[in-house]
Amino acid sequence: MNSDDAVGARHVRVVLVDDHRMFRTGVQAEIGRTEETGVEVVGEAADVDQAVTVITATRPEVVLLDVHLPGGGGVEVLRRCAPLMGPVENPVRFLALSVSDAAEDVIGVIRGGARGYVTKTITGTDLVNSVFRVQEGDAVFSPRLAGFVLDAFASTDAPPLDEDLDRLTQREREVLRLIARGYAYKEIAKQLFISVKTVESHVSAVLRKLQLSNRHELTRWATARRLV
Amino acid sequence: MPAAATPRAAASEEQSPRKLYRSADGRFLGGVARGLAGHLGLPVVWVRLAFLALFFAQGLGALLYAVFWIVVPLGVGGTSAAQPKSMFEILPDGRRKLRKPDRGQVFALVALVVGAAIFIGNVNMGLAGTGRYIWPMLLIGVGLVLVWRQADNARRARWTEIGRRRRVLQAARGVAGVALVGLGLTVFVVVRGSAAQFGNVLTASIAVVAGVGLLVGPWLVRMTQDLSEERLMRIRAQERAEVAAHVHDSVLHTLTLIQRNADDGGEVRRLARAQERELRAWLYRPEGRGKDEAEEPDSLAEAVKKAAAEVEDHHGVPIEIVVVGDCPLDEKLDAQLQAAREAMVNAAKYGGEGGAVQVYAEVEGRSVFVSVRDRGPGFDLDAVPDDRMGVRGSIIGRMKRHGGTARLRTAPEGGTVVELEMERVPEAGVGAQG
Repeated sequence: MNSDDAVGARHVRVVLVDDHRMFRTGVQAEIGRTEETGVEVVGEAADVDQAVTVITATRPEVVLLDVHLPGGGGVEVLRRCAPLMGPVENPVRFLALSVSDAAEDVIGVIRGGARGYVTKTITGTDLVNSVFRVQEGDAVFSPRLAGFVLDAFASTDAPPLDEDLDRLTQREREVLRLIARGYAYKEIAKQLFISVKTVESHVSAVLRKLQLSNRHELTRWATARRLV
Repeated sequence: MPAAATPRAAASEEQSPRKLYRSADGRFLGGVARGLAGHLGLPVVWVRLAFLALFFAQGLGALLYAVFWIVVPLGVGGTSAAQPKSMFEILPDGRRKLRKPDRGQVFALVALVVGAAIFIGNVNMGLAGTGRYIWPMLLIGVGLVLVWRQADNARRARWTEIGRRRRVLQAARGVAGVALVGLGLTVFVVVRGSAAQFGNVLTASIAVVAGVGLLVGPWLVRMTQDLSEERLMRIRAQERAEVAAHVHDSVLHTLTLIQRNADDGGEVRRLARAQERELRAWLYRPEGRGKDEAEEPDSLAEAVKKAAAEVEDHHGVPIEIVVVGDCPLDEKLDAQLQAAREAMVNAAKYGGEGGAVQVYAEVEGRSVFVSVRDRGPGFDLDAVPDDRMGVRGSIIGRMKRHGGTARLRTAPEGGTVVELEMERVPEAGVGAQG
C-alpha cells in the first residue's frame, strides 16, 4: 500500500509532540531519515492544543508524546485523543517519551492509554524499534517501568486484593523481572525458551492489566501504591 | 501646640523626618505618652500629666489616648529606653529585688492617685448613685486596656522572641482582660436593670454584634484573604529564589566544566550524569531534607542507589538502577551490598564500553536478590588465575561467608551477569514479642 513496500521496508507515520524545538529537531534527525529507518515524521506539535489538532488532521500511526507539555501535559493529549485510540480503524498509538522516570509520570500516561514509555536517553535505533513495536500493537516497557509495575503487584504489604482482580500471572512477572533487569525481548525469549512474539504478548497483557478494566480497581491499585 | 513645634523642627533638621510610633519599651498602657514624648522631645511625665489633665476635661484625655492607641503603630523609639522595664531587677547573685523607682515615675504615680482621689470625690461612687454606671465602665475599661496591650505584645513578640514564661504571663493577661470586660458588662446589665430585662438586653446585644459582624465581616474576610495571599506569594518567591540559587550553584558550574572539557567525551558524560542525578535528587527529594544533608542510607533501596551513584561518579559509566520493594538494612544485606558494589565496579571497569550497566534489586519476601549486568565482552571465571581474588574474594566469598549465594554467568547476548541472593535476618521485633 506504500511505496516503501516496494523495497521491502516497513513504514510508519509519526507525529512528534514535544515543547522543546531542539529535541524535536534531534529526534527528527535521528529517526526521520525515512529511507533508512522507515519512519516518516508527518507532523510536530509543541503544546496540547497543537498536538490534538495535528494528530486529528494527520492521523499518524504512532505519536511520540512528551509527558511534560504546556497546556496540561501528555495526559491531557491522551484524554482528548481518546476517541482516536479506541476500537476504530487505524487507531493512533501513543509512545510516551520523557526525561522523567518518576512513578507518577509513568503511571499517569500508561493509565491515559499510552502503549509504552521510554526515556529520552534511549538511542535512535532503540527508539525506531520501539516505534515499530508500538505500531504493531505491542507494548514497550523500559526496565524502570517494569520495576514500577513489579513493585506495585509484588508488594506484600498492599491490602489483600480481590480474587477476581486481574492479576499478573507467574509468567508475566517473570518476563517483567527480566525486563527490569535490562534484558531485551530477544534475550528474554532465549532465556525462557519462548518466542519473541510470546514475550511481546506477555508484555501487552501486563500493560492491559495495568490499565485495569474498571475505575474501581484502578483507584484501589493507585491508592495502595500511593500514586494518587 | 506652639511649644512642641520648635523641638520637632530642630529634630527634623538633624535627622530624617521621624514617624510617630508608640513606644514598646517602658510603657504603662499603650506606650502612647512615651512615644509622643520621644517624638516631641518632651519629658514623658509632662505628656502623661497632660493626658491626665485632659482626662478631667470630660474624659477627653482618655478618648485622645484611645485614638492614639488605635491609630499610631507600635514601634521602637520614644524617649531614652533606659527606663526600667520591670519593677524588679535581677541582682548579680540571681535574686530579684524590688527596683528603686525613679523620681519621674513616683511623681507620675502620685499624680495618678491624687487625680483618682479627686475624681472619686467628685462623683458619688455608691451603688445607688452614679456609681452603678462608673464601676462597670471602669471594669470594662481595665479589661479593654489589658486586651489591647495584649495585642500589642503579640505584635512585639514577632520582632523579638520572648521566653515561654512571659508567654504564659501574657496569655493570663489576655484572659484576665476578657474576664474583666465580661464582668463589667454583666454588672452593667444586672445592676442597671432587673434580671427580667437581662434577656432583652442580651437579645439586643446579639443583634448589635450580628449587625456589626455583617458590616465588618466582608472587609475582614477580604483582609485575611489578602494577607494569606501575600504570604503565599512570599513563600513562592522564596522557593523560586532557592531553585535559582541551586541551579546557579551546581548546574551552571557543571555546564562550565562541560564546556571546558568538550573534547573529552567520557568526562562530559560523567559530569552530565552526575549533574542529572543531583538535580533529580534535589527536585524529587522528600520534604524537609536539605541538599547538604548527606546521610547514611538505612534502607536497601537507598543504599543500592547510593552505591551505584558512587561507582557511576568514579568510573564515568552510566548505571541504570531498578529497585523493587524495599527493606531495612541488616548486616547480611550490608555484605550483599558490598558484593554488589564490587560487581558494579567490575562491570563499569570491564564491561562499560558496551553501554549502561544495569542493576536490579528486588526484595522477595524473606530474601533479597541483586543482579548486576553489563554488556561488555563477558567473563569466564575459570580463565581467571587463582591468585586474582577480586571476584572470588569480594563477591563469591563474601556472599558465602554470610550465608548467601553468588552466581556469575554470561548473558545470552553477551556481557556478564552477577546474581547475588541473600536471606534477610529475621526481624528482632517478632521474637521479642513471642
